[in-house]
Amino acid sequence: MYHYNDFDAAFVAERNRQFRDQVERRISGALTEDEFKPLRLMNGLYLQLHAYMLRVAVPYGTLNGAQMRQLALLAEKWDKGYGHFTTRQNIQYNWPELRDIPDMLDALAEVGMHAIQTSGNTIRNVTADHFAGAAADELADPRPVAELLRQWSTDHPEFQFLPRKFKIAVSGSVNDRAVVKAHDIGIEIVEKNGVQGYRVLVGGGLGRTPMIGKVLSDFVPQEDLLPFVEATVSVWNLLGRRDNKYKARIKITVHEHGIDEIRALVETRFAETRAAFNGAHLALFDEIAAQFRPPAFRNAPEDAFERAYEADPVFRAWADSNLSEHRAPGYAIAQISLKAHGATPGDASAGQMRVMADIAERFGHDELRVSHEQNIVLPHVHKSDLPEIHAILRAHGLGTANIGKISDIIACPGMDYCALATARSIPIAQEIATRFDELKIENDIGELKIKISGCINACGHHHVGHIGILGLDRAGVENYQITLGGDATQTAALGERTGPGFPAEEVVPAIERIVQAYMEQRESPEETFLQTYRRLGMAPFKVALYGEDAGKRARAA
Amino acid sequence: MSKSFSPKVITANALIEGDVIYLAEDDAWVRDLASAEVLTDEAIAQVRLLDAQSRASEAVGVYLADVAPSEEGPQPTHFREEFRRTGPSNYFHGKQAGA
Repeated sequence: MYHYNDFDAAFVAERNRQFRDQVERRISGALTEDEFKPLRLMNGLYLQLHAYMLRVAVPYGTLNGAQMRQLALLAEKWDKGYGHFTTRQNIQYNWPELRDIPDMLDALAEVGMHAIQTSGNTIRNVTADHFAGAAADELADPRPVAELLRQWSTDHPEFQFLPRKFKIAVSGSVNDRAVVKAHDIGIEIVEKNGVQGYRVLVGGGLGRTPMIGKVLSDFVPQEDLLPFVEATVSVWNLLGRRDNKYKARIKITVHEHGIDEIRALVETRFAETRAAFNGAHLALFDEIAAQFRPPAFRNAPEDAFERAYEADPVFRAWADSNLSEHRAPGYAIAQISLKAHGATPGDASAGQMRVMADIAERFGHDELRVSHEQNIVLPHVHKSDLPEIHAILRAHGLGTANIGKISDIIACPGMDYCALATARSIPIAQEIATRFDELKIENDIGELKIKISGCINACGHHHVGHIGILGLDRAGVENYQITLGGDATQTAALGERTGPGFPAEEVVPAIERIVQAYMEQRESPEETFLQTYRRLGMAPFKVALYGEDAGKRARAA
Repeated sequence: MSKSFSPKVITANALIEGDVIYLAEDDAWVRDLASAEVLTDEAIAQVRLLDAQSRASEAVGVYLADVAPSEEGPQPTHFREEFRRTGPSNYFHGKQAGA
């Protein structure tokens, strides 16, 4: 993985020194809140309902054991002993005090981390496939290009005051695990005539106006990617609607101008940016790529895995749901679920963070990933070590076997923390997970992704959940709209609203009725919820939710 | 006839700690909604708000929040203000955990 060079370390240290001074000036009264707010946002510091919140970047979700251990230290020393992993592969601390933030940032710098550009109208943390460098289905590791984009976008002088925030995701596999089609720019590594390049999508996004990204270019050669992306952001920087923050994202610009006009403008600008790049970025890319070489995988027998798999049903259940195919023989990708039934999705205690750091160092080539689905990934573990890893995880409340299941729910912080939220998300997730654990039908249901947002901004990705839940304020009462049929993968789709929303206490029964309808209607246990929905449409689910009349109207429509 | 003015309190977040604060009658910032001054006159409320907003080195995001007066002091009328005076529902943290 990437290690800071002297330039990176000096840059972060200087930014931390500047921010320390800015915090001191705010506390002394020399800076007003209006003056201070853009400065704190550039450094990841929000003010939420009950306290400040510090959002720390985990670039493309990759971190090592020492970094995870430092995140645990921050949680313990300056927060309430836990951290919240987010849908942008970051970590948030919910309870820091303003005066402690500079010390927290200095502690992060010790392990090559920071909170720069995790907020504000800038290019945000670049995200990537959380199985990068490990997945069997991968064409190439997306992280070198994600790191190149991170370095290029950090403090980029042209892009510090964009019309709105800007999010880039990179995938190196045909199976999209990075939701690239719901990003301002989505980058897919592709091959043409044996040469590696990039398909670039633009104008995807969720929020109040969800859009699936459109292809801006089918193939951008390796050497042209940075100037091409720079041209794209540059075109939007001029065209973007600064008059209305709800229309400022590039998805609206692309929608209003049309992809053809945007493509023509980007091509014109690209001629200029391409000429301005002198080739230094190519040497830099090679330097970066050299740091992402695969670890030295070992050849070892897998007998220990097979024995445990046969003998231990608890291990077998975990292996069946939490492991994915690795490219190296004898290896697996293991996901650590941060979705214990009834717990807050994405939260880990300081103790749990240390356990995960230890496991990564002992068994996992010192690598961890944060997934946008708010779980932690051990990307490289030998199968023979999995029984021991599983035993350690279980002993620390990290052994939940539910990846991709109904209780593996994405939920934004919602109104329990967020100042923008219109309703709570976390209790809804807790109640759904608890209920389906009680019913003991989670494995029978199979793959089903529920995603919950506590407001229209859609941090919880509800539009692309197989079942999406959106919390709103209806006349001073929390009310939840349900959507069905969303898909976050390469076959991305936006969910369709079922009909009128439900009060908080009726959400779990509503989800139960939807799941019941699916299980009655599916052709076989192998047909997933999404497949059944695509085959049958909304009608049977409307009947299940609202009764026979509503179903008739849906069929007639 | 203008619409009647619903009772309000002045609330904000503390600059250093970030936690929820309310303005009391004696101009002190207090942590407990029950100790907040209830404003029932719109003109007075607006002046009190301006004065509170000028205390930029103590409070951030000062605004007027609706309350319903009761024998136990002012009560929130919206669930957002209920969460602000209590804390999150997933952990026993924030105001509910006590000072």
